[in-house]
Amino acid sequence: MRERRLVVRVVKRAALYLAALGITLLAVFPFYWMFVTAFKEDNDLYVGATVRTHIPWIFNEPPTLEHFHYLLRETAYLAWVRNTAVVGAAVVAITLLLAVPAGYALARLTGRWGERLGIAIFLTYLVPPTLLFIPFSRVVAVLGLQNSLWALVLVYPTFTIPFCTWLLMGFFRSIPRDIEEQAMIDGYSRLGAMRKVVLPLAISGLLTAAFFSFTLVMQDFVYALTFISSVGKMTVSLGIPVALFRDVFNWGAMMAAALITSVPIAIVYNLFIDRFIAGLTAGAVKG
Amino acid sequence: MALPKGVQAVAPAVPAVFTRATLADREAALGRLLLAPAALYVVVLVGIPFVLAILLSFSGARSGSLAFDWVGLRHFRAIIADPQFLLTLRNTLIFTVASQVLVMILATTAANILEAAFVGKRAVRMLLLLPWAVPVSLATMAWAWIFDSTFSVINWTLRALGIFQGWIYWLGDPELAMLAIIIIHVWRMFPFATVILLAGMTAIPLEIREAAVIDGASFWRRLFQVNLPLLLPVVTVAVLFGVVFTSTDLSVVYLLTRGGPYNSTHVLSSLAFQRGILGGDLGEGAAIALFLLPVLVFAAILLLRMARRAEVGG
Repeated sequence: MRERRLVVRVVKRAALYLAALGITLLAVFPFYWMFVTAFKEDNDLYVGATVRTHIPWIFNEPPTLEHFHYLLRETAYLAWVRNTAVVGAAVVAITLLLAVPAGYALARLTGRWGERLGIAIFLTYLVPPTLLFIPFSRVVAVLGLQNSLWALVLVYPTFTIPFCTWLLMGFFRSIPRDIEEQAMIDGYSRLGAMRKVVLPLAISGLLTAAFFSFTLVMQDFVYALTFISSVGKMTVSLGIPVALFRDVFNWGAMMAAALITSVPIAIVYNLFIDRFIAGLTAGAVKG
Repeated sequence: MALPKGVQAVAPAVPAVFTRATLADREAALGRLLLAPAALYVVVLVGIPFVLAILLSFSGARSGSLAFDWVGLRHFRAIIADPQFLLTLRNTLIFTVASQVLVMILATTAANILEAAFVGKRAVRMLLLLPWAVPVSLATMAWAWIFDSTFSVINWTLRALGIFQGWIYWLGDPELAMLAIIIIHVWRMFPFATVILLAGMTAIPLEIREAAVIDGASFWRRLFQVNLPLLLPVVTVAVLFGVVFTSTDLSVVYLLTRGGPYNSTHVLSSLAFQRGILGGDLGEGAAIALFLLPVLVFAAILLLRMARRAEVGG
């Protein structure tokens, strides 16, 4: 009897590990494929899948940095990275400048109507780029910003501000009121207390907001595709799929670019994901 | 408990009623002041384009000129009579529903796995999030290479394992291309849904679940009669965002199939882009994109109702 129970337990454990492994492999497989492709010789890459003796999963020839060299020397990849960084930095600055006061106001100063307004602002996050890119193309044309990075700097805050306001509102709410009330009793004004007492405590919240603004900028494809037409002005998520695809046999360089662009961001993402989820589910999960 | 004592000792010394009343007046004004810039940005740059999106769909506007002439319902009449548009509407619906059903099944499984304690759990969670964190357009290119017509690693593996000897033209056949698009959406969205579900699960009080175990409820009973009902609000959030992100996505279809083969895999957003931006017919593009609106209104209403319930319950 005891032995049977043991067997059942072992089988259950094994099933758990197997299921965990399966789901992880599903998630990771395209990244593995990016990795293998990025470091393979062209000879090793372009062997038709009908050839059964050639195993595409492994390096049949020694790995090479050839695709990375090509990417850095012959393509506009570094310009795309620079453009993404410039637009990202500008958008993060605008977002924090506007969303920090707004998030604080919604958390502390405005009562019930503020809560409603907070929800309304968050709902605008649901209005997707695909609904707005056509009217925006006209707005951008009127402003004379076609094919300019400024168009992106102008438009991206429309989704980073709602998102970060909501995120920061939750963050400010989690800081005990007593702390700033105490500071105000000690003679600070409301703004002084916010600046000197609350903001230092909210540093991790500000970092989270900055990081997510940046990743949202990096993830955008629709607006970049609509506004930017010259290769030198593209961002990474537009340039890599659109401008590297001139030559059919360019998969090595394309996967190399995708790999070195996405892996750093994916790793940092893990540090922040819990706050992101807490922001999205606020209201659905009672704290 | 040491701190509140000190605070209590000080608090009565302040004339509470008087200061709070005057402070509240100024605070409301300050609140409005702090909120105004963000609210203004959003109202101007989301509100105006939103209204413009509706106006454009009734106009003969074309890119290249800034002219704006009213054509009434012409675009709507034209697209409703257009078989390509009806196919596109159907595709959007299929992609969204099919991928969300699969996402919820996978995510429930993954969340239940991640809830159990095992070695390497942190690593699994971290790897699981990769698909969600990576920019969609880059992930789509990786998949485009995986589904390549000559070099598809899936085809090679199926043959090597002796599962399927024929040749699969993933992106050359309408049905297979649709399957490929659904696979990418599922792959991308399920990690996100998993993490949301997991957050909800850890918020369920332990006593409730322990009680169910002690009362002898089986795994399935616990899943369907205890956990999922308690998780309903969180599941709704996960599905809602899944539906919004999937139904409005442009990059997967645009980069993987360009709407092909034979325009069979277009979705509303890719058709709107093709007609509105590439074809230059802004009015018709806007009219096509506007069909995404019902989904969003529905999502917004659901979220609002949930927010109100949380307000009342909390």
